[in-house]
Amino acid sequence: MSCKRLLSLFILVFGLSGIVNSSFAQAAGKPENAPSEGAAPAHEEKKGINITELVFGHVSDSHEWHLFSLKKENGEEKPIAFPLPIIVYVQGQGLKVFSASHFEEWHKDADGKKISNEYEGLYIEKVMKEKILATDGSKVYDFSLTKNVLSMLIGVALLLWAMTSAAKKYKSKGAPKGFQNGLEVIIIFIRDEVAKPNLGHKYKRFMPLLLTIFFFIWINNLLGLLPGGANFTGNIAVTACLALIAFIVMMANSNKHFWGHLLNPPNVPFLVKCLLVLIEVMSLCIKPVALMIRLFANMLAGHIVILSVICLIFIFALLNVYVGGGFVIVSLAFSIFMFFLELLVAVIQAFIFANLTAVFIGQAIEGDHDHDHAELSESVMGH
Amino acid sequence: MDLLTPELGLFFWTLVAFLAVFLILKKFAWKPILESLGEREKGIADSIATAERVRNEMSQLKAENEKLLVQAREERTAMLKEAKEMKDRIINEAKDQAKTEANKIIVDAQLQITQQKNAAITAVKNEIGSMAIEVAGRILRKQLNAAEGQEAYMKMLAEDIKLN
Repeated sequence: MSCKRLLSLFILVFGLSGIVNSSFAQAAGKPENAPSEGAAPAHEEKKGINITELVFGHVSDSHEWHLFSLKKENGEEKPIAFPLPIIVYVQGQGLKVFSASHFEEWHKDADGKKISNEYEGLYIEKVMKEKILATDGSKVYDFSLTKNVLSMLIGVALLLWAMTSAAKKYKSKGAPKGFQNGLEVIIIFIRDEVAKPNLGHKYKRFMPLLLTIFFFIWINNLLGLLPGGANFTGNIAVTACLALIAFIVMMANSNKHFWGHLLNPPNVPFLVKCLLVLIEVMSLCIKPVALMIRLFANMLAGHIVILSVICLIFIFALLNVYVGGGFVIVSLAFSIFMFFLELLVAVIQAFIFANLTAVFIGQAIEGDHDHDHAELSESVMGH
Repeated sequence: MDLLTPELGLFFWTLVAFLAVFLILKKFAWKPILESLGEREKGIADSIATAERVRNEMSQLKAENEKLLVQAREERTAMLKEAKEMKDRIINEAKDQAKTEANKIIVDAQLQITQQKNAAITAVKNEIGSMAIEVAGRILRKQLNAAEGQEAYMKMLAEDIKLN
């Protein structure tokens, strides 16, 4: 069993290195063809690899799903990639929907940016990210179904299928079995370790949100680990969105007690109070930002580390073929280790995000009961 | 840095997808799952509570039974004791009564015996008296047939008077 798993892991890692390899070859090929090289004087580029471009090309979003590149007879690279639909709203021109396959010719401009051909007055500029720009300079809102969006949709479909099929089994009474059993353990864990300690007796209301956050992040983290997968949860737009949802839920459920303590802390001198309120308001704003950055940085870092470790092989191979070959073992061992670590990080980060969401909501709704109690005792004493 | 600026499109799609997933799963997955988990847990807790209650009831019943048994045993002993006492009393009473009866019979018998004896004695005395008078009459008749006998008798009577 473990042998089989190890084998599949090897395949995964080799697959990943294959992608890196082809990209490297592509990256290596480009500077030789491009005459304007001086503007991007990366150290590696002189030797044929632009590690920065390679790594960030993999961790950032794209309008096509790149799998690998083939080398043609004449030495030209032919990338094998799925073009994805581009949906843009151009100011003054309205909505445009077309395939990304219309951007097929790339060249480098004077600043070392990769620029695609024009199509319908639009072109893609690629530095670390791809950006769709209009030739006439009008503002472009890009709602394309990019690689990340597609990866998310796959994750969402998996999630919906898995959860609804598990939920159906509950209609027939009986002992849980198989996947249902495993799912139950996680749901009970979220309920007993995340929701109940942080949210108290109101936990039931927030269970669906916490479960959705946890499973949404987890499944997308795992999909991102697959070779050729998108770095969805390592994208700041995604984490910002999730953090914003958590923040909105927190604000929507905050009670008088919470705001009272935040804006008018009791038994504090005036000057200290001003300072305290300032700090409290800042910490309130920092909470969602911390949520956002934590998930983003963790997932991005994991992807970058694995890619970098694999890139080491090619850096060493450029120095000497045998050194590079020898380094394969070290690099593979390390990337396998990192892969396991990332599997762990995938679930831990999902758990932490759900847990911190629960903690923040808990802070916003706490004290309600005590407050009532205090009021009650006051009224009793008044009588 | 480029990586730190969120893209509007991805943000939008994530928001839409997350909200959709949240609403769908809330209705079709989390609600039934959480409800049946809660129900099951409640069922288990209830079963445990029921088992506990039944066990308590059982032990209570057992204790009651034992108490009843002890009580019954005590009652039996008491009844036996009472029966024995009654038996003794009845026997003693019977004995006493018999004794009294016997005494009475004896006393009656003695009385009767005494009466009969007295009657017999009286009868004997009367018989003897009448026999003696007859004898004396016969003797007197015989003696007084002669003159000297009359004279002697007169003398003797006179002597008695003189003496008196």
